[in-house]
Amino acid sequence: MTDTQWPVWEVFVQANPGIPHKHVGNVHAADAEMAIQNARDVYTRRSEGISIWVVPANAISASSPEDQGSFFEPSNDKPYRHPTFYKIPEGVKYL
Amino acid sequence: MEDEKQLAAFEAKIAAGNKIEPKDWMPEAYRKQLIRMMSQHAHSEIVGMLPEGNWITRAPNLRRKAILLAKVQDEAGHGLYLYSATETLGVDRSELLEQLHTGKAKYSSIFNYPTLTWADIGAIGWLVDGAAIMNQTALARGSYGPYCRAMIRICKEESFHNRQGYEIMMHLAQGTPEQKAMAQDALNRWWWPSIMMLGPSDDQSPNSEQLMRWKVKMESNDAIRQRFIDRTVPQADFIGLSIPDKDLKFDEKTGHYTHGPINWDEFFEVIKGNGPCNAKRLKARNDADKKGRWVRDAALAYAEKKKLKAA
Repeated sequence: MTDTQWPVWEVFVQANPGIPHKHVGNVHAADAEMAIQNARDVYTRRSEGISIWVVPANAISASSPEDQGSFFEPSNDKPYRHPTFYKIPEGVKYL
Repeated sequence: MEDEKQLAAFEAKIAAGNKIEPKDWMPEAYRKQLIRMMSQHAHSEIVGMLPEGNWITRAPNLRRKAILLAKVQDEAGHGLYLYSATETLGVDRSELLEQLHTGKAKYSSIFNYPTLTWADIGAIGWLVDGAAIMNQTALARGSYGPYCRAMIRICKEESFHNRQGYEIMMHLAQGTPEQKAMAQDALNRWWWPSIMMLGPSDDQSPNSEQLMRWKVKMESNDAIRQRFIDRTVPQADFIGLSIPDKDLKFDEKTGHYTHGPINWDEFFEVIKGNGPCNAKRLKARNDADKKGRWVRDAALAYAEKKKLKAA
């Protein structure tokens, strides 16, 4: 058996209540429970978090940087999705 | 042709101040250089635990012991952030460790010096971590996203290391004549290795131009060294310790200190493996790896068993 140094888990930390979990890095761990403990020791030694998520690294699929242009392009030609697209006469309030 | 276009896009991105991320196209030379640099950096953090770990059981009081434990734990954390960032370049941690254990990979020359007295713990925090901060704040502005993010975290934590070291030196310098002599002795032994650890002089450091353009290296070794000296000398003066360099002078015209000649022969000998503790450090890492192997295997076997039971 080769020495795997354990599988990789990506780590997400929520810094304060009410805000999203943010990716901070990864850890190696044999299972989820150990990944959470290692993540606590590696990424929150100075009260950086109140909640931790760990996800097996190989379970994450990502968009590819080469396709960035064409992939996100559809949202560029729909300016009518933004409120500033609409001209409202001066004097109209609360709109 | 495709490569040339990609290279131009890559360089334009860096010139514009954008970060390169793991899945982005990058030249092989960039990837290789980063793997080499980042893994050396990671190894340095891990090996750096050894000289300080040497004093955990002999710290002079509980406060100092708790601080030293926290500092050494931070170094382990720094090693892990850096291995993790290096792995984003498509290399495995086990491969990097293998390179360390077989002596194929280097780590910072400074950790091949022994910690003979308690004052050495002060000198390391003040000087070695101080020099590391100079280097790392520059690297945090580099082009590779995961490395920069690791550097930012590390720099925040190094500041504690730096200050606790200076505090140790300050207390010893204000103590009994014996304590002050101990602090001075530590400064005498750590000063030159600390300014050497920032790397060879610019005229001896090859391929810097491309690395600077790619923002792998941000500043020349000599520039970082000068800043370290300029900031550190007044700190020594303040606590009444003297820098062991009889040629050290403040130049009113430039606003910088000039220093005496650096013994680069010593530096290259230590890098080659002939420093006072190279063999000892390597053996300690190898022993830890071998003795820890069954723990890694057992944890994995246990995780497999739990998975089967749950299924």
